[in-house]
This record gives sequence, structure tokens and C-alpha cells, in this order.
Amino acid sequence: MLQINNLVVEIEGKRILNGLDLTVKAGEVAAIMGPNGSGKSTLSYVIAGKEEYEVLDGEILVDGENILELEPNERAARGVFLAFQYPLEIPGVSTMTFLKAIMNAQRKAREEAELTTPEFMKRVRAAAEKLHIDQEMLRRGLNVGFSGGEKKRMEILQMALLEPRFCILDETDSGLDIDALKIVAEGVNTLRDPARAFLVITHYQRLLNHIVPDTVHVMANGRIVRSGGKELALELEASGYADYREQAA
Amino acid sequence: MPAVQETVERVKAIDVEQYKYGFETTIEMDKAPKGLSEDIVRLISSKKGEPEWMTEWRLEAFRRWQTMREPKWARVNYPPIDYQELYYYAAPKKNPAPKSLDEVDPEILKTYEKLGIPLREQEILAGVEGAGSRVAVDAVFDSVSVVTTFKEELKKAGVIFCSISEAIREYPDLVRKYLGSVVPVSDNFFATLNSAVFTDGSFVYVPEGVRCPMELSTYFRINERNTGQFERTLIIADKGSYVSYLEGCTAPARDENQLHAAVVELIALDDAEIKYSTVQNWYPGDAEGKGGVYNFVTKRGDCRGANSKISWTQVETGSAITWKYPSCILRGDNSRGEFYSIAISNGYQQVDSGTKMIHLGKNTTSRIISKGIAAGRSENTYRGLVSAHRKASGARNFTNCDSLLIGDKCGAHTVPYIESKNASAVFEHEATTSKISDDQMFYCLQRGLDEEEAVALIVNGFVKDVLQQLPMEFAVEAQKLISISLEGSVG
Repeated sequence: MLQINNLVVEIEGKRILNGLDLTVKAGEVAAIMGPNGSGKSTLSYVIAGKEEYEVLDGEILVDGENILELEPNERAARGVFLAFQYPLEIPGVSTMTFLKAIMNAQRKAREEAELTTPEFMKRVRAAAEKLHIDQEMLRRGLNVGFSGGEKKRMEILQMALLEPRFCILDETDSGLDIDALKIVAEGVNTLRDPARAFLVITHYQRLLNHIVPDTVHVMANGRIVRSGGKELALELEASGYADYREQAA
Repeated sequence: MPAVQETVERVKAIDVEQYKYGFETTIEMDKAPKGLSEDIVRLISSKKGEPEWMTEWRLEAFRRWQTMREPKWARVNYPPIDYQELYYYAAPKKNPAPKSLDEVDPEILKTYEKLGIPLREQEILAGVEGAGSRVAVDAVFDSVSVVTTFKEELKKAGVIFCSISEAIREYPDLVRKYLGSVVPVSDNFFATLNSAVFTDGSFVYVPEGVRCPMELSTYFRINERNTGQFERTLIIADKGSYVSYLEGCTAPARDENQLHAAVVELIALDDAEIKYSTVQNWYPGDAEGKGGVYNFVTKRGDCRGANSKISWTQVETGSAITWKYPSCILRGDNSRGEFYSIAISNGYQQVDSGTKMIHLGKNTTSRIISKGIAAGRSENTYRGLVSAHRKASGARNFTNCDSLLIGDKCGAHTVPYIESKNASAVFEHEATTSKISDDQMFYCLQRGLDEEEAVALIVNGFVKDVLQQLPMEFAVEAQKLISISLEGSVG
């Protein structure tokens, strides 16, 4: 589903990704782990299409199509979703309004009919309930005054409603207490599907106890330096990233 | 709007041709030469069939105006206006009317389409020949059942709603008592000019204790052709009455006049309330900023009675230059003034707008919520005055001015003046300036919105507090209009 070949990326003249290769198959949950500054978040932004990153070389193929030339919204319409580490606030725009706007924008891009209001409400209610998001929260401005945990749940709610084919979770566990973490992980797990792939970016093993990955990749100095099964995460938890830092240096 | 289309079609089927003919002939006869003189003022007055006192009133204004100078303090730039080069009565068309919609600027048509305006109505707004001149259009509105019902209901309630010219003839005592009592003849250069040469506008009188049964809209008033330039509106809410008045239209109407200098006066007596809402969408000029309307407006409300209330709500998206400060004089004890404004500028537009809250009475309160949005190469200034006079004990004001910048070539400025001569007055002022952040944009785009949809969404969130003040249907249209006004502001 996702194939990245020899990706080289700079920001303000500083090289962040350095010939990164990565393949994630449909139905797979791939975890990316690595020390701070290894380029994990940059990878997620570059896949989603954030402007300020300069791609010098390589390609990102989604279902065989190179998406590097596409606008972020075009990538979204093709099923790329990024759950942000720090979700943005949009004052004055109620969460409901925002949800309706994004769902219909993607439907429009795929030439599908707009959702009717009752159908939209039905979907939101069902998805919100699973994530313990109450109606009052949906009426508030998007992410305005939300706690860290509420913001992360809102990201997963959007993911559930948009039904993307390729989901990136960028440090979704940061700032979450154990209860919130469980709710979020459960939300993700119910979305696991043979046709959908996940890229779970995390610094800690903790999240991977709840979202059990099929593959684990270790990232250092802007490239994947080691890949393995879920047991690799446990090994890292025990030994830390020290070895990889040295390797990077 | 679809209801209007139906009515338009119905009446068009009857006899638009007749209107067209009669109208063309009249105009030929009424054409006055360029420039302004006492003779022109007299001509306007006599064409309107005005009484002698009105003619004298106009002449006094004209004499005053000759001694006045155009104000230069606003943060706007425009080439000098040659007032002797303008037509003050029945200006002939500069360009022949388009023969069909094919000849109309495609940009304007796109806007109509986005606003969901039916085809027939588009033709009328664009001034297509044969689609009905503006006289016919308004006659159309006037002749249909909707408006007949509307007028009957108003009559039953005792509300007078007519053109100012008709009011001068039919209700001279009311007009004489109130005209110029809020905006005096010598108030300012543009208001004085208007006093001398105004050709039409609205008149509303709501009698004591009456709650006007419906929103009054200029849309439903008989308007003479080419009267948009110097409009004069006078609204009087007698003791304990209430009226809500809507001015303007979200659709950009074709207009021949570059200079607009309107005057609006509101008078609220004891316990009365006036709510005045405007959506202004005059032609802003082409891509280089040429040819847009200059809008120099004086709007002022007088809370003359105790416990009275006047509320201004405006959505300003059009005009090349906007110079406009809807104000409240809080004369009655416990009276309240409100100003809610959304001013959007894009392209090369220049907006200098705000309000004045003059606290004269005891325990008077006022509230100002201003949202300025600047995009493109535009300049957007909020200019406001809040003042408490010596006797205004217990006066309170709350002001909130927020500016939002889109792009890096535009400017937002806030110029608040606060004067207090009473120690017990409490004035609060809050102001913020923000920019739509790249991160916010990226977040919206990542969810599938395109750039224009993202900006529209963020801006609509920004102006929400003010949109909520508009009557429901107007608010929906205004929201659409805001999105359209900001098109092309990103990327």
C-alpha cells in the first residue's frame, strides 16, 4: 500500500531524512520507533504533504501512485490521514461544523454525494460514543479548551469518520494518561482492517502494548536502521536507544 | 430568493414592456446637466414635488457645503473627486446595458451562481436590457401578492414604510421634526452634500407601543432608478416600539455611480428599540483596484428616550473605499448602543470603519464587537470613539476589536479613541490581531479541505459572534458572501 524509496528531505538546509526506505502492506500495523530527533515526525509530515519540507530525492508511492506532487488535500482524498501530535485549535468553528465540512470535502473530491444531515448525525453519534466523546464537546469550537486527551480522541474520531486507507499516528500517546491511552488504542484497534494500513510513530513501547504492531522499524539519523516483529519493541524498551544514537553519530 | 424569481416571472409575463417604455421617456425628460449649483438643487427639489421648506433646507445645506472641505483624516487614498464632473440627478448611463448575460463580466456571474441566485434574477441584477430596468424590478416586487400582503400587514399595525420623497409629501410634520435632527445639515462634508442633493431613500415610522410585525427590507421598497448614489434614510421608533430594518443585498448589483454618500438617521424614543442590519457588497474594483465604488456614509442613531436601544450590525465586503462609522448617541438614561461589525477587505480595497458611542445619559451602556479581516493588498482600519460626558455617571462600554490577516501584503490597524469626563464611567477595550497560521491551514488541508474552503471555515469561525447578531436568513447569505469575498486570497 505504502512504499517509500530513498527519501531525502531537508528543512531550512538541514537534512532530516537521509535515503529512507519503508514498505507498509495493506492490513498491516507498522510501528516506527526511534530517539528524539531521528526524523519520525518529519516523515509523517512529508507523507501528508506539509509545505516547508524540501524533498530532494526519492518517492512516496500510495497504491503505486507517487503522491509527492499532490496537495495535502488531494492526498487526504486518496485516503492519507495524519493524527497530529499537537492538534490545532480553530476558534469559533464548532466541532460538528468542522466534521461535516471535512467529510463532505472528501466525498466531493471522490465525486460522491454529500451526506444528509440525519446520516451525518448518525455516524458522528455512533463514532463519538465509542470514544467517550459527549455531545457537549462536539458543540464546542474545534479543540478549543480541550485537554490533551480530548484532543487525541478527537483525532481518532476524525479518523473513524473519514475512513482513511492509510493512517499515520504521530506520537498519539504523548500526554495521555493510561485511561485515555486505552480509549484511544481501542478506537484504533476497531479500525484495523485488511484493507487499511497504519503507521504508528512512537517514542515509547507503552502504546504498542495496546496497539499491537505487525512490524517494528527503528529509525535513526533519518533512515530505517532495523526492522523486525513486535518483539523488537520490547527489546528496545529494555536496552534503550543508546546503541542507535552511537550508530547515528 | 426563489420566491422572488417566481414573482419576477409572473409580473414579467404581464407587462414589463410597458414599464420599460414609460420609464425611458421619463428619464429623457428629467436629465439634468453635470455639476452642482443652486439651480440643480432647486431642480431636484421641484422634480420631487417638495414643499418650499424642504427646498430651503437643501439650499442651506448646499451653501454650507461650499464652505467645507473634504475630510482627510481617514486611512484611505484615492484620487481627488471633481464634484462638478458628477451628475446629481438622473445620471445617464455611461455604458449601454448588456444585451444578455453573455455580455456580463463572467466573474460577477460566477458570484451570482455561488450565491444561488436564479437566472432571471441574475439578469435583473446585472441590468440586462429587457430583463426589466430597476424601476420595473421594484415595481415587480411592489405588484406581487407577497408585497401586497406585506404592506397590508404594516398598515394594520400603523407602521409607515415608504420612500423619503413620498414621506416629505405625505408626512411633512414627521419629516420636518426629525430630518437632520441626528445628523445635522452641517455635520460633515459628505453628509452635507447628501442633505443638498439626496434623491431618495427610506422612511419608517413605528407608532407608540407597536412592535413592527416583520423585518423591513429595502428589497421590498419602490426605488427609483439611479437613486443609490445619495440615499437618505430616516427611521423613527416612537415610545415602546420595536423595528428591525435590513439594508442591502448580498448580490453585487450593477451600479453606474462611483461616489456614494448616504445618510442614515435613527431615532429611538423612550423604551423603543431599533435594530439596523446592513450587508454591503458594492463593486470593489477590478483586479488592479480600479473602478470600484467610493462609499462615504454617515450613519447615526439617537437613543433619545430613556431605556431606548439602538443596535447596528454590518457586514462590509464591497466598495473600493469604505468610510463609515455607524454611531449611537446615548442621550436617554439607561439607553444602550450596540455595534457589531464584520469588515472584509481583499484585493486593493481600503476600509476605514468603526463606530462612535457617545454616552450622555446616566447608566448608559454600549458594546462594540468589531471583526476586521484583511487579505490581498488591502488596508483595513478600525476607528472608534467611546466617550462619556460629565453627566454620564455609571456609563459602561465594552469593546472588542479583532483583526485577522490573510497573507503578508495587507494591513490591519486599530485606532480607538476613549474619552471620559465622568469618574464613574467604566470602559473596557480588548483587541487582538492574528494571522491564519500555516499550521492551521495544513491541519485543515490534511483533512481534505482545499485552501479556499479552509480559509472560509476559519474566517467564519472568527466572525461568528457578529454573524449571530444578523437575522437568520441574512446570516446564511452573509456567510456565503464572506467565503466568496475571500476567494483568491490564498496561494
